[in-house]
Amino acid sequence: MDQNLKIELGKQGVFVTTIQELYNWGRRSSVWPMQFGLACCAIEMIATTMARYDLARFGAEVFRPSPRQADLMIVSGTVTKKMAPQVVRLYNQMAEPRYVIAMGACAISGGPFKQGYNVLKGIDRYIPVDVHIPGCPPRPEALLQAFMTLQEKIDGQHLTGADRPRFLDANQQGEFPVPEQGAHDLEPTSNRGVWPVEIQGVVNRE
Amino acid sequence: MKTAEEIKAAIEAAVPGAGVEFVLNPGPAAEHSLRLAPECAVAVATFLRDDAELAFDFLSNVSGVDWPDKEIAEKVKVTRQVTKTVDGVEQSVEETVDETRKRVEPGCLEAVYHLYSVAKKHGPLVIRMKTANRSDQVQLPSLTPIWRSAEFQEREVFDLYGIIFTGHPDLRRLLMWDGFKDHPMRKDYVEPDDYEYEPTPHDAVLARAQERKDREQGSKGARD
Repeated sequence: MDQNLKIELGKQGVFVTTIQELYNWGRRSSVWPMQFGLACCAIEMIATTMARYDLARFGAEVFRPSPRQADLMIVSGTVTKKMAPQVVRLYNQMAEPRYVIAMGACAISGGPFKQGYNVLKGIDRYIPVDVHIPGCPPRPEALLQAFMTLQEKIDGQHLTGADRPRFLDANQQGEFPVPEQGAHDLEPTSNRGVWPVEIQGVVNRE
Repeated sequence: MKTAEEIKAAIEAAVPGAGVEFVLNPGPAAEHSLRLAPECAVAVATFLRDDAELAFDFLSNVSGVDWPDKEIAEKVKVTRQVTKTVDGVEQSVEETVDETRKRVEPGCLEAVYHLYSVAKKHGPLVIRMKTANRSDQVQLPSLTPIWRSAEFQEREVFDLYGIIFTGHPDLRRLLMWDGFKDHPMRKDYVEPDDYEYEPTPHDAVLARAQERKDREQGSKGARD
């Protein structure tokens, strides 16, 4: 619909919108995060919810202690290999539509512990991440920025068509395999469906 | 506080056949330690805690140390018979030659305990225990019955170094999961190849990435 016509109608007291806009507006204005923290980034996440930064301005003040009631998983901190299966399981237990923010250097890549034997090198190896925030830890402003980025992303989602989000596509994968804790490492070491990384300069030898 | 030598003498007076060894720390800290024989360690530890003068009532820290097998090369002078041609005549001459001999000093695992006395306000006293080797004889007596604070730290040492503390009430892994097989803090630990390679790897990293790619293709080929 033409934007100018919409404004003109609004001046006359007539509001015109689409189901998609209304639906996305509703969803983006009430994204409830899941209440859990993994490491020091969680302290910044707590600060973001408090009065000074006030995540409630975005409709996200209700941190839910149950994955069934949450829409957003903020992976705030180092994901150890011992914790990774539980994080994936919690993500599986969340109801669609669900989103993930990977907060901080550890959650996006392993961060300063990247070369350790016990740290997962990024939660995006197992679950799809919508917004990555670098920083160690990121400032609350960075988390707000990430949250606004996520809201923009929700706003842009189409309810129909080929590019519709996963929860509206019956053929899409809904559950993500939980890695096993093996004898030496997590098995498998990544979910190839969400983490297809090809290394440059490596040749196929047949 | 008594010096480590004096404590050693006190232990030997109280616990007959204790087998305490004095370990000198040559550094400026001069924090000398006592190495206990594992058989008598519990008796000695009980004495250290209960003795009125020493009264080490607080165990502050338990550490693990891995001493890998050490190859020592030493030069030895060896005299041997050498046949030489001197002035056209073959003669047997004795000659002294330098020869490098290698011997392997077997490694071990070690647990180090730092003791303090809250009552007497002194410490630390460092006591150590060594296992017989690094592979199958890795048992040491647990000191958890004497100092409760050793419980989690001995579990951690068991987890990361593989020392089995006999007499520990609940010896499970502390940090890694139960099915984990390795002991990651040992010097010969090989970490899993889950390293995320650089976007544009080169040199050693590229070689490592290529090796992994070849291995993955090899295993895929074997499956097909």
